[in-house]
This record gives sequence, structure tokens and C-alpha cells, in this order.
Amino acid sequence: MASNSNSSERQRIAQQRLRVITGHLLKREDPVADSGVTGTHCKAEAAGSNEAKKGTVPKKRQEIMKWNGWGYSDSKFLFNKKGQAEFTGKRYRLSGMILPSLKDWFENTFGANVKQHKSPATPSLNASALPAPNLNDAFLQDLKATGIPFSHEADDRVFRAHGHCLHEIFALREGRGFQRVPDMVTWPSCHNDVVKIVELACKHNVCVIPFGGGTSVTGALECPPEETRCIVSLDTSQMNRILWIDEKNLVARVEAGIIGQDLERLLNEGGYCTGHEPDSMEFSSLGGWVATRASGMKKNIYGNIEDLVVNIKVVTPRGVMEKSCQGPRMSTGPDIHHFILGSEGTLGVVTEVTMKIRPIPEYQKYGSVVFPNFEAGVACLREVARQRCAPASIRLMDNEQFQFGHALKPQVSSIFTNFVEGLKKFYITKFKGFDTNQLCVATLLFEGDRDKVLQHEKQVYDIAAKFGGLAAGEDNGQRGYILTFVIAYLRDLGLEYYVVAESFETSVPWDRVLDLCRNVKERIVRECKERGVQFQPLTSCRVTQTYDAGACIYFYFAFNYRGLAEPVHTYEQVERAARDEILANGGSLSHHHGVGKLRKEWMKESVSNVGLGMLRSVKDYVDPDNIFGNRNLL
Amino acid sequence: MASTTLYSQRDPMLKKRDGFEDILEERRNSSDLKYALRCYAPVLYKGLTPCKANMLKNIVLQSDHVHYVINQVSQESGEAPDIIHEEASVILEEMAHRLTISTVRFFAFALTKAFKTIFQHVCVNEEGIQRLQQAIQEHPVVLLPSHRSYMDFLLMSYILYTYDLALPVIAAGMDFMGMKIIGEMLRMSGAFFIRRSFAGDKLYWAVFSEYVKTMLRNGFAPIEFFLEGTRSRTCKSLTPKLGLLNIVMEPFLKGEVFDVHLVPISISYERILEESLYARELLGVPKPKESTSGLLKARRILSENYGSIHVYFGQPVSIRSLAQGKVNRSKHNLVPRHIPRKPTKETQSFVNDTAYRIVRLQENNMVLKPWVLMVSILLQNPEGLELSSLAEQTLWLRGLAQTYGAFLDWPDHAPSAKVVLSSLALHRDLACVSRGRVSLVLGEPQCSVSSEEAVFNRAVSLLSCASYRNQILHVFVRPALLAVAMGNAASSKKDEVYNCFSFLRKMFSDEFILCPGDTVQDFEEACYLLGKSGSVQMLQQNIVVTDRGQSTLSFLTGLLEPYLQGYQVVCQYFCEESCDSLTEKRYIPAVRSFAVKLILAGNLRCYEVLSSDMQKNVLSALLRMGAVTKVKIADQVTLRVNKLAVNSLEDTLGGRLPTQKAVLARL
Repeated sequence: MASNSNSSERQRIAQQRLRVITGHLLKREDPVADSGVTGTHCKAEAAGSNEAKKGTVPKKRQEIMKWNGWGYSDSKFLFNKKGQAEFTGKRYRLSGMILPSLKDWFENTFGANVKQHKSPATPSLNASALPAPNLNDAFLQDLKATGIPFSHEADDRVFRAHGHCLHEIFALREGRGFQRVPDMVTWPSCHNDVVKIVELACKHNVCVIPFGGGTSVTGALECPPEETRCIVSLDTSQMNRILWIDEKNLVARVEAGIIGQDLERLLNEGGYCTGHEPDSMEFSSLGGWVATRASGMKKNIYGNIEDLVVNIKVVTPRGVMEKSCQGPRMSTGPDIHHFILGSEGTLGVVTEVTMKIRPIPEYQKYGSVVFPNFEAGVACLREVARQRCAPASIRLMDNEQFQFGHALKPQVSSIFTNFVEGLKKFYITKFKGFDTNQLCVATLLFEGDRDKVLQHEKQVYDIAAKFGGLAAGEDNGQRGYILTFVIAYLRDLGLEYYVVAESFETSVPWDRVLDLCRNVKERIVRECKERGVQFQPLTSCRVTQTYDAGACIYFYFAFNYRGLAEPVHTYEQVERAARDEILANGGSLSHHHGVGKLRKEWMKESVSNVGLGMLRSVKDYVDPDNIFGNRNLL
Repeated sequence: MASTTLYSQRDPMLKKRDGFEDILEERRNSSDLKYALRCYAPVLYKGLTPCKANMLKNIVLQSDHVHYVINQVSQESGEAPDIIHEEASVILEEMAHRLTISTVRFFAFALTKAFKTIFQHVCVNEEGIQRLQQAIQEHPVVLLPSHRSYMDFLLMSYILYTYDLALPVIAAGMDFMGMKIIGEMLRMSGAFFIRRSFAGDKLYWAVFSEYVKTMLRNGFAPIEFFLEGTRSRTCKSLTPKLGLLNIVMEPFLKGEVFDVHLVPISISYERILEESLYARELLGVPKPKESTSGLLKARRILSENYGSIHVYFGQPVSIRSLAQGKVNRSKHNLVPRHIPRKPTKETQSFVNDTAYRIVRLQENNMVLKPWVLMVSILLQNPEGLELSSLAEQTLWLRGLAQTYGAFLDWPDHAPSAKVVLSSLALHRDLACVSRGRVSLVLGEPQCSVSSEEAVFNRAVSLLSCASYRNQILHVFVRPALLAVAMGNAASSKKDEVYNCFSFLRKMFSDEFILCPGDTVQDFEEACYLLGKSGSVQMLQQNIVVTDRGQSTLSFLTGLLEPYLQGYQVVCQYFCEESCDSLTEKRYIPAVRSFAVKLILAGNLRCYEVLSSDMQKNVLSALLRMGAVTKVKIADQVTLRVNKLAVNSLEDTLGGRLPTQKAVLARL
């Protein structure tokens, strides 16, 4: 990660390199045959070359990604013939490794049985069960004339009919599908394409649902079953270029369909980064971040998406909305960006964003601290926030998650490492008297120049020590962050063995953190019991972000559904109860996942009647015919 | 969360009640000393933050809540915060318990000795104990016993010690603290002392409420207090006081604990230790100040037989499930939780409903002895009854009471005559049998006393008897109100009867446990019960008395007669005698002498109006209904009477005036 100079010379060269490399890169992989996809590419105003430009995401996503689960098709957890857990593929640090303790943890935690109780998924999409597309011929004619590619093949449509909520994935695995799916998919390549599509949609009264990374966990991508018009899924994945980089102001103009990993990689090549790293950054898109008010792991340094955007260009049924300058702050009435930030695709399509960029930090260091219990950990994080010295990322995992992290440790190759691990454990539990069923871990990530990082590190560890925290090494910290990306794959493993799992989040004032965590976990356990769940559920939480006035809390919740007639329904009832509990304990409706359709019912309670009316009147003005008819939020 | 913990109040008979175990039996057969010294290792709350009684004080004094109020008081009074802090610390010192196991062991020993002498049995439902044990482990628990005797709280701790359960800390009135040594001993057995009145004293309230909440949150011990606020001198449940209940609910409502469980506990005495003491107190003989020497003088009770005690530990009630859909807890989201605020309307009515619900649960699980049935009949037959006829009527009443869900302790397989006789033996100072005729003993027939003294003596006996009858009132009160309403209503039309019912209910809501706002439910319950006993028939529009229902209705009406009369007498007093300068203090003696005059003149046969309890209840009813208002002149509170209004209330009660205004939107 180290880079030692920021001279303008270096930057100039870097920019040059960026352009060259971008060109090469975009020529890279393009395994997708355009079968069923018609049309030509946009010839838009771009800095670099346009020929065969491709990001990681092809038009036919299902060729590299699972159609009924999380992430890449080649990467997944499985129990091999020996009954050991392993993670397949080559993409991740954990790929190809054996995880010896996962099986025991899995079986003990959920009462599952890897050998006997399997609940395998339907192997492939049953296209014939899908209703024929309800196409609007006039619209189709006009769209063909523009040359923008589109498709109405079954697998394309189904892929864009869902996000990654449990009920969505469960339905896919069961082969049940959805009540309503998009009737066609279109792939604009630039802002102007989007303008054309939206104009045509208005002209022919067609419903448009923007689709970015498809990682929504709020039901935001579901098509409203009552929608009778033709539904067009507007897939932004091909709008994935960095249009320009302004090194004087440290901003970049980027097309909104670019996904996190591509954006970061391309910027890195020029020595820059955005620093915006939501856990979904492998797949989620810039436009999606804007539309949901996303938050990144390193927001302590770089800010959340609303702090990062300088300019947003959005195509609405009323026309294009954009600010006329890039002033860093304005007093021009309510910030119109905030109508778009969090609008969840109800007002229009974000096409281009000017976003802050930063030079890649010179030095990065992971760290971790073990606390005797969760209370001590929260007290420490609170103090860190009070002193405003939070590292780029600081996360506190509860004991359940600590145990879970342990279960995901790959096989240790040398006896020596084993021995060291044993010593560490002995020191913490026997010498320091920590209870392994109580202790919890904070993982840390520091960034900046080397001296400052080391100084900062000391400051944080000193605070931790005051709360009984013991430094537990870089490895543990780093592993925590690596797991971030693979953890999403674990749900698919659980689903193979009757275990349903989901996560949800909230934000809450500091003084309520402990009460909220305890009450929500307890509520989940009770609700499960009352609804006839036969096995003890797993409930776990972590504090993932710290703010001056509070924290973001992330919950995991899973249970073995063997013996339940309608596991998804039960699951949904429990999640609903958990959300009620969160709200009753002073938590917010959402910190960064958004509202979608999953949490609409609480919007009035959350933002008041008048607040909701304001949002509604904006919608009524901008989109009177409900062209952007995904019915999220309101 | 589904409220599976609550059972329907509509028909308490549907719920099977637990059986009882006599805990004295084992004590009679084994060493008391060994029992007092045995290993005591109770199950504790799973979320317990272990701390000593002394550390509690520090936690309280350092709490944000107390700090906030100290600063507030300091700003208002101009005193330095240090001084206020010192004050707070003194308050806490005066209040706090010092629960120590050795004192508890001492009490365990001494009480065993005493109990074995004066009681035949102390019966406890062991299933209730098991439920309690489970509840204690899962959640902070609040024990809510009924309050009829000083014995109650010692008895509670005694039982919990016997069953190896966590010993409670008990909110006790300050009056106990005045007792030398005993006060301190009670403190060491878990009592903490609260001043009787501290209205407007912010600091006291803050320290006190924080103390209780801290113990609840930490799971230090179950908290015990009496919802009725004080011992009921009349043996009917008193309308609940909400202060402490508000406090123990707050940690749940503010999300500081997941749930709190309330355990209604019904303690029924076959004979109350304070029996005649109460009657005298009600007649204006002042209550003796609690003192150690007084207690020693009371030793004579050790030579008497007080029958048995039944203690029923009810199903723990989860506040969380009660609050479901009734309280919006997120109301607390916008203000820091340590800043004291008046409870919202919503919370107030929730706390109020809960309190009534718990008191009703206490009532429902009260064990009733045959004597209670007998005395109810005898009071309606002042001239006495043939023994056989009494036995017959008692049996009839037993049937009716059981139909209405009463929890009777009627000896199995014993002939009814024998049951009646043995009850009479136990209560021989209240009733006597002569030449096969049973009658109440109404005052000693001494010729030397003045006529006023004779009235007083009669009243003592009658009030003692009434206190037994009162124990069963909760079973009959709703059907009885309906019976009276049917008598008063101009026709048998359902809505007219409802109007009368609703008026009576409103009038008597300080007298009986009738939850405000439950008029419709109560009416339906009354109709259901009268229908169930075959006394009335519900037609489309009318309520009709059946042939065999006449006797039931007249018994039920007779049951309420003393109240109807008593209330009318007080109204009469206000109309005829009161003047503008009537002070609140003078009210009770004035009514009393007015009633005595009426009795002496032979115009009144109802003695119960002499009870200060009834007099107070009438006053608060009249105040509530706006017929009387309080006016503060100088430092005296005087009562302003709207004679027209009082007069019309009196006539309506007597059935001489139709009930006004239709209030039956929901019928």
C-alpha cells in the first residue's frame, strides 16, 4: 500500500498511466456472448477509449454470479466428503482452504446435522414457469430505434427481480420464483441513453425500475405485484467509466453504474481511492450507494456517501436534475442532493456522480483488542468516539461473533503457529481471567502516514487498556476484515442445511447501545420460541460504526427451521418483532440498508406525518405518473 | 409477545387453581433451630450484577438521575450542590435496607415458634412457588401481596426463606422505623422505609425511585410492596396506589430491562390478628402508634387460635406482554432517560389498568372460608336464624359463589352442619348459638353504658362481621350492582339498566375494585354471571328476572344495601347539616355524630356508615363527581357542597330519580 511521494510529477505520470491502464483493463475479460441482446454501444463523451469497455459485471450476470445465492458462482462454502468445511474458488484469501472447526460450530450452534438433514436448492431456473413478458410494443419499437441493448429472456428478467433478502433467495432456491418479475431488461451505456429510455417510458407509460448491483436487502428490487404496466429493469452496469479525474480539487466524475471494486481498482491505479468501502463493495454500485445512503467501513476518515458526493446528475420524468457548480458547500435552500440520496429509485436514475477522491494512504495497519465483556468494549468505543480518535475502522464483535470468527479459522499448517495460538489463549483466559463465553473483540484498521498511524494506534490502545482491553494482534484484526466479504457466502451454506439467516442494522445513541443489543437479542429468542422454532436461534451483534452521538449496530440472526411449515414467514415475523424492539429502544429504522418495501410500514412513525408528506409531494411533482414505480420508501 | 401469561377474567372457574401445602407441618416435626440455620442458597436472577447492599447506595447517589435532580434543586433553592448531595445521602441512609441473612435466620426461628402457636396451618401453593422460582431467574420480579395485616411482609419473607427463594426487599411505611430495635431488625431482614407523604419533594422522590430502580435493574432482589398502599381495615381490597408501580415499570418502559414480572399474591387469613383493632380504628379510636412496647403487649394474641392462612402465589404477569400495543415505548427516545418526566397519559392509564388488573388477580385467588358465607347471610338476618336454616342457606350461597368463580376452602366430606358449627366455634366472639338459633353477638349487653356507647359497641361487632362479609364482595360485586340497577331502573330495558349500572359503578368506584373505563366489560360480566346462575334471562332488548332468580337478586341487593344506605346518609348529611365552614378535618366526626343521632332516633339501622372508610369513600366519590369541591382558605381546606347535585345523587342512589343521560354507545 505504501507510496512515498505526492509530487505533482508523480501524479501526472499516474494519470497518464491510469488512462493507458484503463484502456487495457477495459479490454480485459469479456466472456459474454451477446446472445439475445441486441443493439450497439453508446458513443458518448468520454475521456478514454470506448471500444469494448467492460467492468467486472457483464450484461449476462448469471454467467459469473449465482442466480440463487450470493456472489460469484465459483466461490462457495461446502462440507466436503470428509465432512470438513471448505471455501471453493480462487478469488478470496480464504479460497481453497479447509476450515476444520466450522462443522462443529455449525452443528452445535444450530442443532443442524450436516450428514442427515439437507435442504438442497432447485438446481436451475425453471424458465417455463415464468409468466410471458408483458411488453409494451410501442415502447419496444421506439427503444429498438435508439439502439440501446435490451433483453426479455427469462434468466435476465429473473436475475433483476430480486435483491438478497432471505425471502427472495429462499424463493429462488425452492424454485418458486416471484409473483411479478420485470418484463424486460435494458442496458444503457451512458447518461444520454438513460435520458432516452426515461423519455420513452414517460411517453408510453412504462414502469422503470433502476437496477445497480442488485445487492439490496430491503426488497427494493421486487416488482410490485399489482403493477399492470410493462416493467423495464434499467440495468446500469454498463455505465461504468470514470469520466475524468480532477487532481486539483481531488474529485472524479464517475458513471453511476460502476461497482465498488472496479471504481477502487481503477482509482488505485492512479494512486487514488474513494475510501468508500461498504461490505457489499464487490458488487454494489455507485448509483445504488447514492440511492440508499450507503455507509462505508472507513467512513471515519472518508465519510459516508452523503459526505463524499459533490455533484449528482439524475434523470427524472420531469427532466435532468443537477447542481450548476461544484462548490464544496452551499446555502441554497434544502440540499437537493438529499432528495436523491436515499430516494431508492423512486424519483429517477442517478447517471453520473462527482465524488471526492483521496491519495492512497501511505500506510495501513490492522489491529485488534480483546475485552473481558461486551459492556467494556462498548464503553471503550464510546470513549474513542468522545475523544474523536476513531481509526479508519473500528468494530466491536460480541461473544457469539467472536466464537463464530474462531470457527472460521483456516487449518493451521505449522505446529508452531498452533503452539503460539495456544499460548495466546492461555494468557488471555488463564492469566488475565477472561471468560471465553464473555469476552469480545474489537477489530481496528488504521490508515495514514506511518508515524501518525503508530501514534494513533498507541492512543487507541491506551484507551482500550483503561477498559480492560488487551491488544490481540494484527492478524486477528485483519482476519476480521477479510471475513467481511466471505461472510455473505455463509448464508447459502446454512440454507443447504435447514438454517435461515439474515442480518439487519440500526443506529442508536450511545447511552442506549447496550440496552438495545440485549433487548433485541432477547426479543428474537423469545419470538422464535413462541413461534415454534425448535432450536435455539443464533443472535449476534456488532458495533460497526462510531459517531459523535451514537453508533451503528449490526445484528446477525439465524435459526434451524427444521419442523417449521413456513420458515420464511416465521423468520419475517421475528424480524418484524426485532425491528419493533429496535424502535422501542431508541434505534433508527435503518442506518444504511434503507427502507425499501421491507420497512415501509414504519416510515410514518419514523419521520412523522408531515415528513412523509414532504417526501410524497416531491415524488408527486417529480414523477406524477409513477414511472419509477418500484414503490419503495413511501 | 402474545399475552399467554394472563388468563381470562371472565370465568375464573375455567382456570384450575393449584392445591396447597401446609408449610407448618414439617416445622412441627423437625428442629426449628436446624431449620433456621440450614443452608440457604437461592436461585438468582440470570442478569444479576452482584453487589452488596452498601454498594447500592453509591450507585444510587452517583446515578445520572439523582445528579440531575440535585443540580436542579440546587439551582432552585440556591443551596450548593454539595449540601443537597449530603441531603440525598441522608435520605438514602434513612431509607435503605441492610438485608443480612443472620437476621432473617433469627426471624425464621422466632416466627416458626409464633406461627406454630397461633395458626393451625400456613398453606402455600407450591406450583406458584415453582413458577416464581422460574420467574426470578428470568426477569426482575416484583412481588405484590395483598395487605390485610402487619404479618403480611414477615410472612412473605418467611415463606420465601422456607422455599429457598431469593429474599425480597420490601417497601415499608416509615411508621415501622420508629419501633426501637424492631425497626432496625426489619431493615436487616430487607425492609426499606419510605415516608408516608413527600408530595413535591423532588429530591426525595429521585432518591427513592432511583433506589428502587437500581435494585430492579441490577436484579439485586425481588422487590415487594403493597399495591393497596396500606393495610385494608375492611378486608376488601383498596383501590391501588400507583406511585411504586410507576417506578418499577419505568425500567421496562425505558428499555433498561427486557421485562419485569409482577406476581400477584393473595394472603387470606381465617381470622385477622387485628380484627377488633380495625373496627375500633374505623370508628375513630386512633390507631396506636407502632412501638416495640405495643408489640410486646400484643403478646396476648399468642394465646389465641387464628385458624389458618392461605398464601396463593399467582401466575407472574409480564409487563411486556401487558404493554404490547398499549404503550409506545419510543416516547422515551427523544429525552435522556435520566431526566425525570411526568408519565404520559398513555402510560398513566396503562399503569392504572395494570394496577387494577393485579388487584383483581389478588382478589380472585383469595381463599374464602365457610364463615365468610355464613356471616354474609347472618348480616342480612339481624334477628338471627335457625341453625338448620343457616346451614341450608350457606350451602345455597356456596353454590352461587362457586358459580361466580369464588375460591372456597370448604372441607371435603364434612357434613354442612359440622362445618357451620366449627366455624361458629372459631368465631364465637362474633356469633353465638342459643336454643338452636344463631345470631350475631352485637355488643355486650351491659346496662351501665350510655346509649351512645351501646351504639359504639354494636358498631364494633357489626364492622368486624362486615369485614368478613367484605372478603367475598369481589365475587358478587358486579352481579350485585346489576341486581340493584335492575331494581332502580324504570323498566327492564337493557339500556336503562345499563345506565343505572353505570351510575352505580361510578358512585362506588372508590369502594370496590372497578377499573375505570371497564364499564362495558363489567356490565357484560355481570349479565353473564347472572345468566349463568339462572337468575336472569337476556332477551334482545330486555333483562328479565327468572322465577328462581328472585332470591338470588334479593340476596345480592341485600349485600350492597349497607353501601347504598350509607352513601345516602352521607348525602343527607351534606344536604341537611353541612355549612360553608365545614373543614375537611371536621368532616368525619361530623358525619359520624350525624349518623349516631339518626341511629339513636331510630331512623337508621345501618351501622356501617359509621365506618370512616366508607365516609372517606363517599367524600371522594362526591369530589370526583363534582358535587362537593375542596376550597383552600388560609391553611384550612373546606368543603363546598352543591346541595342540588348531592340531593339528586342521593335520590338516584335510592332509586327515586331516574338515571340521567344515556352512555351506552357500545351496547
